[in-house]
Amino acid sequence: MNASPIAVGVCLTEEHALEINAFAAACGTEVEFVRVLVDEGLVKPIIEEPTWRFGGEELARVRRIRRLQRDFEANLQSVAVMLDLIDEIERLRAQLQRSGIGVP
Amino acid sequence: MEFKDYYKVLGVERNSSDDDIKKAFRRLARKHHPDINKAADAATRMQELNEAHEVLRDKEKRAAYDAVGQGAQGGQPFHPPPGWNSGFEFSGEPGEFGEEVDHSAFFEALFGAARRQATQGGAGHGPGAAHARRGQDHHAKIVVPLEDAFHGATRAITLHSPEMDAKGNVALHERTLQVAIPKGIRGGQQIRLAGQGSPGFGDGLRGDLYLEVELAPHPTWRVDGRDLYFTLRVAPWEAALGASVNVPTPDGTVEMNVPAGSQTGRKLRLRGRGIPGSTPGDLYVMLELVLPPASNDKARDVYRQMAKDLAFDPRAAMGADA
Repeated sequence: MNASPIAVGVCLTEEHALEINAFAAACGTEVEFVRVLVDEGLVKPIIEEPTWRFGGEELARVRRIRRLQRDFEANLQSVAVMLDLIDEIERLRAQLQRSGIGVP
Repeated sequence: MEFKDYYKVLGVERNSSDDDIKKAFRRLARKHHPDINKAADAATRMQELNEAHEVLRDKEKRAAYDAVGQGAQGGQPFHPPPGWNSGFEFSGEPGEFGEEVDHSAFFEALFGAARRQATQGGAGHGPGAAHARRGQDHHAKIVVPLEDAFHGATRAITLHSPEMDAKGNVALHERTLQVAIPKGIRGGQQIRLAGQGSPGFGDGLRGDLYLEVELAPHPTWRVDGRDLYFTLRVAPWEAALGASVNVPTPDGTVEMNVPAGSQTGRKLRLRGRGIPGSTPGDLYVMLELVLPPASNDKARDVYRQMAKDLAFDPRAAMGADA
């Protein structure tokens, strides 16, 4: 397959953030589930006013939540704890990385 | 297509109980889950575990798998006998979470048809009678060099997906896609390519492809969001007296002033020299003082002279003279 055309996509930043219906579809989930995640504070819309809009990082987060739910048969409360711990580890890793101490 | 030994994937015997299978899956999932394990192959490993578990936890699928796999070894070439599954009926529930999970070509060949019928609503309809349904979205990861975030680029990505031909044979389909990486991209962002997912059923639209962008580690700059970090080595006199030094950025070298009286660990900011965007990131320069070696008489004399003239006690702040 040579000379294939160049696919130009859209980067899901603030500018191209998705409204809740498109976002839920992109996550492969229901709108209601997205609302629950926002209510529970597990996901924060990238834009809140006038209507909720979600970007790429939120998409990855919802997919992570669903993976954790599915693979560990975990309820939302347990997933929330896992997310907090994962966030903390990522924050610490980033800090180490910034100071030039490599993390494998 | 290779035969997949699901028992081996989970590390259990062929006669293991449902409970043993569940326990083995849970243990391995904790170890290999890509959200916990940072290994590059964690996602692939987890996919295999999920697939093995999906088959072996389900009585119908497990029975069918055992019947087909009589005497087969993992990794051997494998072709399901024609009409092999006519004796089995799969309940084929579309999955508790309503989400399509990625499967191997082997899985698709054995169970794909039943699942497709189930998700099309109505096992009674033949493939031709299926109503329109949008194709599945695909998600993949693309690793790009930091330079792409500065200049934009076109990168090729090779995608593998099991696809079924008109005769119902499943083969691993490989396609290469040229993807435009927009300038200003950051790690963790998603590029959505409309219509690059799975073909739809009937008149349904194709699904979309989502590419999660990961910036490859760079030997010179470390990246955090939009910001870059760079360690700049300076001589003691540069730090003490101040100096003008050259700092490399992905956009070329810039001149920076090291203020007099700087110490190791001092963080200097070059505003707007990070990843470009409507609010561009910054480049942080961390100073690291490097001492000249006292490797000859002249150098040793200079150090001795400093010791004599400067009356400097680096441990003064510790209080007691330890």
